[in-house]
Formats: sequence, C-alpha cells, structure tokens
Amino acid sequence: MNDNIVSYVLSLFDTAPTPLLVFLIFGVAIFILVNVMALIGGLGTYAERKISADIQMRQGPNRVGPYGILQFLADGVKMITKEDIIPSESNKFLFTIAPILCLSGVLATLAVIPISSGFILTDLNVGVFYLLGVSSLVGVGIFLGGYASNSKWSMLGGMRGASQIISYEVPVTISILTIVLLAGSLSFKELISGQGGYPWTWYVFHNPFTFVSFFIYFVSALAETNRAPFDLPEAESELVSGYHTEYSGMRFGFFALAEYIEVFVVCGVAVALFLGGYKVPFGLGGDTIFGQFFQIGSFFTKTFLLYYVVIWVRWTLPRLRVDQLMSICWKYLTPIALFNLVGTATWIWLFENKSMVELLMSALSGSGSTGH
Amino acid sequence: MLTTNMDIYIPVVALSAIGVLMVAGALIVGHFLRPKNPNKLKNQPYECGEDPVGSAWANFNIRFYVVALIFIIFDVEGALMFPVAAVFKKFNEVGAGGVVLLSILVFIAVLVQGIVYCWKKGDLDWVKSFKVPDSESAHEVKE
Repeated sequence: MNDNIVSYVLSLFDTAPTPLLVFLIFGVAIFILVNVMALIGGLGTYAERKISADIQMRQGPNRVGPYGILQFLADGVKMITKEDIIPSESNKFLFTIAPILCLSGVLATLAVIPISSGFILTDLNVGVFYLLGVSSLVGVGIFLGGYASNSKWSMLGGMRGASQIISYEVPVTISILTIVLLAGSLSFKELISGQGGYPWTWYVFHNPFTFVSFFIYFVSALAETNRAPFDLPEAESELVSGYHTEYSGMRFGFFALAEYIEVFVVCGVAVALFLGGYKVPFGLGGDTIFGQFFQIGSFFTKTFLLYYVVIWVRWTLPRLRVDQLMSICWKYLTPIALFNLVGTATWIWLFENKSMVELLMSALSGSGSTGH
Repeated sequence: MLTTNMDIYIPVVALSAIGVLMVAGALIVGHFLRPKNPNKLKNQPYECGEDPVGSAWANFNIRFYVVALIFIIFDVEGALMFPVAAVFKKFNEVGAGGVVLLSILVFIAVLVQGIVYCWKKGDLDWVKSFKVPDSESAHEVKE
C-alpha cells in the first residue's frame, strides 16, 4: 500500500484498516479538500479583484463583509438566481457537459496534489503522468463549450483555446520530464523526497537547466490555464468573452471556478516539482502531528506566493497575438525545453546527480583541505 | 492490508464524480430559484445586437489542424520519454547512464529534425501565405 492519507491516519491511531474505515477517511478527506478548494476558488476571484484594484490604485470590492471579503458569496448567490439560457441553435448535450468536463478534470487532479507528507489523497506511482492526462480534460471542456454554443465568438474562442492548450502542453511535459530525470520516479512523494527544506536543496537550483525549466513550466502553465497574458480564448476586447460567451449563471460560474482551482493546482505542482513541496526547513515539528501542520503551511505559503505572481502578471503584461503565442511556444519554449532535457540528462551522467551547491561545496572543501 | 489495491483509485473516481454532482446539484437547486422566461430573441446566439447570419459551424482556418498534427507528434514523444526518464537515474547508478543518455540523444535528435523541418517549411509561422518576401527571395521567385 502506498503512503497516503488513509495509511497516515491509520498509523496515527495504530488501527488495522477495514473497508468502512478506508471509505470514511477518504470521504472526510475529500470533503475537506473539495470545500477548501471551492473556498480557494472563491477567494481567488476576490483576491484577483482586490489585487488588480491595488495595482490600478482603486478600492476594489469593499461593500460585502469586512473589506468586501464576502464578495464571492454574493457573486455566487447572484449567479445561482440568474436565468439559465441555452441558445436555441446550440447542441444542448455538449453545451451541458462542457462545464462538467472542466470542473471534473480540475477536481480529479487534486487526488495527487501533495499537501503534506500525510495529507495526499492518493500517491499514484504514475502521479505526474496522471496529472498531465487528467488536466487535458479542461482543454476538451473549453473546446466543447466553444463549439456547442454555435456562436461565432464562442467558436473562435474555443478553437483558440484548443490550439493554445494543446500547444503549451508540450513545453509543460518536457519541463516536467527534467525533474522526473532527477528524481527517477513519477510519484509526487518520491519527487519531493529528493528535495529538502532549504532553497538550495530545491530542484529549481539543482542545475542551470532546471532553473530555466522552472520558468518554462511556469510560463506554459499560465498559458494552459488561459491566464493573461495568454488569455486569448476569452479575450474580452476581441471575442466578447470567448468560449463562454453563451454561458450564463451557474454554468459560467463553474467555468470560472474551474479556472481558479486550476491556477491553484498548477502553482501547487510547480511548488511540488521545483520548490521543495511540503518540505520544512530546520525539521520543524519532526514526525509529530505538528510537523504535518508545518508542512501544510509550507506548501500553502509557497503556492499562494506563486498564485499572487500569477495575478500580478495578469495585471502587468498586455495580451499576445495568436501568431506571437504560437511562435513563443513552438520556436522558443519547446526547443529550449528539449535542450534543458538533454542538458539535465548530461548533468546527471557527468556529476552523478549532484546539485550545483553540492559540487561547489565539495570543490571548496577540496581546495580548502589542500591549502592546509 | 487494505481491502484491495484498487482503493487507491477511490479519490480519483470520487473527485470526478463530485465534479459532475456539483454542477448538477447547483443547476437543480437553481431551478427553483431562478426565473425562466425564454423568448426567441433571447435564445439567439449573441452577436453584439446584430441578427446572427448563418451557423458558426463553418469551415475553419487550416492552421489549427496543422498545430494539432505537430502537437500529436510531441505529445507521443512526451509519453514515450516518461518511462525512460523514470529509470534513467537507476541506470546511471549502476554505471549504464551513458547508454541511456545516448538513446535519449538519438530519440530527441530525430524529433529536433522534425521541428527544424516544420520550421523551414514555415509551418510554425501562423500567417504563412502573407509573409512579405525579402528582396533576395523575391528575386528568386521572379527567376
């Protein structure tokens, strides 16, 4: 049995697993995780508006609740009481399942996100591969949403979305492969166990190639989640609102929720692969239950910092054109990512999987000992 | 031991199902709260107030399909590289890293050849036909 939330909780109470207990623990853990993610999705919309207001020297939402923090609840109430319009010429079946595909795809990726060494729903041995596969469902959902609406704006947005998401999947895959080379495994816990709590033991600083890989992953992940400056599928100044032009009320709400959770997921994956994941410096908390809280804190702190950067980028950079988007992906990111892959493989072969800092330290101590 | 080995997939199934149930649940709850006054104009596709002309399901720019074709090659490449990447470290530890590295290099060299070919053919440029020829190539076309 792999290490996951069930085996961790059972080891805490020193109990033998029964089917009932397994289902109970999974049920509670999934309930907590989905609620936290819905909250993060909701607060994501609030944070986006508040940060954008801050950047543009405005107030932002400030009426509902203290500092307007309940704004997302008010939005939810408004969306659920909106009339549900399905265009008469659309394909009703595809129109209905498009938001479901988006949300299911995003939620299913949460199963392998390592929040702490104990709190990981399931540590699949093909974790990263599973994540890449399942998150592609979002692209299908976006394309279907655009296609099924039978509106020209939606169709353009859906086509752009499909081509953008599949194109940027290539640099994402290849950047992740560099980390898989270093760790020699696809499971998230194995990937994190090769890293430590201190920044110089993270994979991002392992060698120059992974350092570049991190930025390629981050830029491509922005494009995969349709965030600005890559928000061409929903470019509001060109395509009204792209693939979800015809969606109203809660159906639109689920597209938005899926997008905000996906941003969190890609930030979490970036943290797990490149920035040390849930590892805590100084061994805070150790193996006790408090250690789990420190680990959760470490993971969420890094993830929210990246989340902030994502929002910050959105309100800083202007949108790209379609041809620029495609040439960035195919002429810059993909060749550089391939070069990184080869470079990392060569580095591992030459230096026996030692990181830059380890090499530097051994070189320093070597020269120091000869000096004395 | 736990019941079966399959139970590590419970969260996968459960989370996907929650995705379906959340949308269905919100739409069913909303059914009792929201107004429902459809009319012919409201159900038209939105085109900024104009009457929509024709269907949106028309022929589409061929560029998108070319991108999809290039993508499939690289996606299969990624899928084939994952097993190699996962065992590279173990091979390196027993001293067989050079062989695996060589096979990775050969594999990627073939792919790079492909991307260079696409690049030379101009298939990576979005607006292929409207490229302004520089003086030299324009001269060649005349001859």
